[in-house]
Amino acid sequence: MSREQQAVARARKAFETGRSKSVEYRINQLKNLQRLFSERQKEIAAAIKKDLNKTEVGAQFYETLGLEGEISLFIKNLKEWAAPRHVKKNLLTMSDTVYIHPEPLGVVLVIGAWNYPWAVTIRPLIGAIAAGNAAVVKPSEVCVHTSKVMEDLLPIYIDKELYPVVTGGVPETQELLRQKFDHIFYTGNSTVGKVIMEAAAKHLTPVTLELGGKSPCYIDKNCDISIACRRVTWGKYSNCGQTCIAPDYILCEPSIQNRVIEEVKKCIKEFYTDNPKTCPDYGRIINQRHFKRVMAMLEDSNIAVGGENDESDCYIAPTVLRDVKPEAKVMQEEIFGPLLPILPVSSLDEAIKLINKGEKPLALYVFSPDNKVIERMRDETSSGGFLANDCLVHYSVSALPFGGVGNSGIGCYHGKFSFDRLSHLRGCLVKKLKMEGVNDMRYPPHTLKKLGWYQWTSFPASCNVLRGAEKPKPFCS
Amino acid sequence: AVFAPWANTPSGAPCKRRAQVLERLRTAFESRVTIPEKFRRTQLTNLMSMIKDNEEQIVNALHKDLTKPKFEAILSEVEIVMNELHCALSNLTSWMQPEYVSKNLATKLDECFVRREPLGVVLIIGPWNYPMQLLIVPLIGAIAAGNCVVIKPSEVSAATDNLITELIPKYLSKDCYAVVRGGAKETQALLKNRFDHIFYTGSQAVARVVLQAAAVHLTPVTLELGGKCPCLIYGRVNATAAAHRLVWSKFFNAGQSCVAPDYVLCSKATCDALVPALRQVLEDFYGSDIQKSPDMSRIVTPKHWTRLMGLLNRTKGKVVVGGEHDEKDRYIAPTVVVDVAEDDALMEEEIFGPILPILTIESLEESIKLTKTKEKPLAFYVFSDESSVVKKVLENSSSGGFCSNDGIVHMALPGLPFGGVGNSGFGHYHGHWGFEAFSHQRAVMLRGWALEKLNALRYPPYSDEKLSWLRWTTSPKSCSIM
Repeated sequence: MSREQQAVARARKAFETGRSKSVEYRINQLKNLQRLFSERQKEIAAAIKKDLNKTEVGAQFYETLGLEGEISLFIKNLKEWAAPRHVKKNLLTMSDTVYIHPEPLGVVLVIGAWNYPWAVTIRPLIGAIAAGNAAVVKPSEVCVHTSKVMEDLLPIYIDKELYPVVTGGVPETQELLRQKFDHIFYTGNSTVGKVIMEAAAKHLTPVTLELGGKSPCYIDKNCDISIACRRVTWGKYSNCGQTCIAPDYILCEPSIQNRVIEEVKKCIKEFYTDNPKTCPDYGRIINQRHFKRVMAMLEDSNIAVGGENDESDCYIAPTVLRDVKPEAKVMQEEIFGPLLPILPVSSLDEAIKLINKGEKPLALYVFSPDNKVIERMRDETSSGGFLANDCLVHYSVSALPFGGVGNSGIGCYHGKFSFDRLSHLRGCLVKKLKMEGVNDMRYPPHTLKKLGWYQWTSFPASCNVLRGAEKPKPFCS
Repeated sequence: AVFAPWANTPSGAPCKRRAQVLERLRTAFESRVTIPEKFRRTQLTNLMSMIKDNEEQIVNALHKDLTKPKFEAILSEVEIVMNELHCALSNLTSWMQPEYVSKNLATKLDECFVRREPLGVVLIIGPWNYPMQLLIVPLIGAIAAGNCVVIKPSEVSAATDNLITELIPKYLSKDCYAVVRGGAKETQALLKNRFDHIFYTGSQAVARVVLQAAAVHLTPVTLELGGKCPCLIYGRVNATAAAHRLVWSKFFNAGQSCVAPDYVLCSKATCDALVPALRQVLEDFYGSDIQKSPDMSRIVTPKHWTRLMGLLNRTKGKVVVGGEHDEKDRYIAPTVVVDVAEDDALMEEEIFGPILPILTIESLEESIKLTKTKEKPLAFYVFSDESSVVKKVLENSSSGGFCSNDGIVHMALPGLPFGGVGNSGFGHYHGHWGFEAFSHQRAVMLRGWALEKLNALRYPPYSDEKLSWLRWTTSPKSCSIM
């Protein structure tokens, strides 16, 4: 048996003991995970510094702060989320109990990414644990140091049989994908996403795919360009642009292009000093392969700001490109780096048309003081999430579902969405063997009279009070 | 009979026709004609008229395909669809409303909501056993959610296939909804195209093909499959009442229901009490010559009849009720087989026919253990007057849905999500769940221009102090202080 097979088999065996069924057990595991973050901040930060050149504060802000908040949210709400959810009945089932029973799926595979390794690997794990599953955690091998820290620390804090960490590269991942899982949660790119889906098809395994895309950012000429550019600069160059929801490119009218460039330049200096290379708050490209990939995109573009780079350090300066055309190299795939192309467009119409030519992105940004502009942009496009007048922050609202659509992904998570996504919502009807008389109407021999009675009692149209089904209550405190 | 334009044309032509159909639907979707609530309501209302105006033709087509008794057709193919239509029309407005969510202090002044948006052009592939219900109920969800739909009825239930092909373009917008027909070859060709969602009801084998085709385009899928739905009978039980419900749910549609109780597990004593009760109920329901009863369906095709007879011939159990059959009539009598072992032919795959094996297992625990060795089914049943037995089974099993002391009826409640888990499928629908299945839940956040000073906490240069403030403002706890 391969190492991967063993880990999965052990996880399944541990799941079958039933110990993750109790809500208390799950909350305990989550509390232990919480302790990991409060006790091991230094080791986590040191590894992130080596992988992505983030400072300790940066690591906390972007990686662990969100996780700690998420764990607290889960601990507070898990009992309620895991409880049976009652639904409306009809006259025929009036004396029965009808509810949705959230249940674990079994063994979940969580495949993490390298850009926010803790955030995107542990956040799905939190959902998996909370829903009562076992989970095999496969951190990205690209963030070498963080992956090692996960492998070392997780088994110390949480149940190492139920939640094994399996490290490795492509062959190990392929071996994992040959095993049967009850759900596969993948964060990464769409090419690998297709491979995952295909592997999942063999076992009829449902998947959640958190992919990416080119998230457009439209800046209306009438907005407060200075504030808009601050928010965009922050959203773009955090983590050196390696964020799935970073504003990928800007669309704006030619008349404001110079102003935008000027403002972004100002903010870059304010955030990262005159020499971002020496600024501790500015990151690095994860490795040389990605460095080359991003640098190749500059070939046919006009650099307005930045452009400095150093391959030995995987450093690319915060860069702005001007007068970019849709055919340019930098517009052919998700940049995932610190290059900010500006595509001049003559109108909102042209911007919308251009956006709709591409695949549906994970996020879509629009900066405008005019609600009509915002509404048009929202109504005439499709994207995972939509944020007006800022970047990235919709990610931090746990009550909002986070996920893609079309090429940017399948399924969503965060907060209760994670819990529901990694649960089976089982429909339950608990009847008694009494009241046979009522049932009599549906038994053969069939008569028209019986049909009439049955129709009246079993369908909500018969009773206004019992009309239709109710949407689940909005998630609110 | 309706001429099927693609059935007999030379190869190449169907492919072109299909491409044109998809092109038309995509253009219609991009023109945003399906977005307004009024449009969706009109289509759903027209769908309702379609069913009401053509009830007799529907019943006749179902009788032709499955010898479905009128009562069953009305109940399980017409009324359930009408019920879903009422539900959608009553609730569409509220389903389409943005759903506001709670925020943290940092986002207190912003608008945060979830917006349900259509996915685009979706594909619905229907099966042959409830050819109206299992095609039209998903269609209702897809229309309500604002999508354009390619509808692929099962060619096996040919009369219903013909009827649907004739009626849909008469009642629904031709630009937005199209029926595409054909067998396995045509379906595979259809699957090569890109859809924004595929909804498939049928078997595991074909589901794998569907998933693989979907993977190429990263298309999300809903799979409504089947499985062997166990029926455990333990503890104190009113055998007569149980027998009524068991017979009704097992032999409805001659056992060809994805949620029919597939096999029974009970003790020898229960079995001894159950069998005569089953025999009596069968006579009460269908008379002494069941083949002559108008209330019993037939097996859908000679191929399936042969498959089922094969199981009966290979079983090592004892036939104690029924067993009669008639090949020309595609008839198999409601049959009960006892002394069935775990490795019997009847325990190999989903029966999907009017044969009820009873396995004698003395303890409830052993029975539960047996069900765990099998794939997760679409439904799980337990009959018992003891609530502790019901609870034990519920908590020690996994299945799409669960029902105690009855069969099938849990799927008629629009408030419950109907779908499988594991081998019985993923995703769910019915009622608002159908609307959700065909929608994208888009997170929308509208921020203001003020409070840039608050934003400054997040900008570099980073500091511990900024971090502490941020911690406070972004935690959910800070809201309650406000």
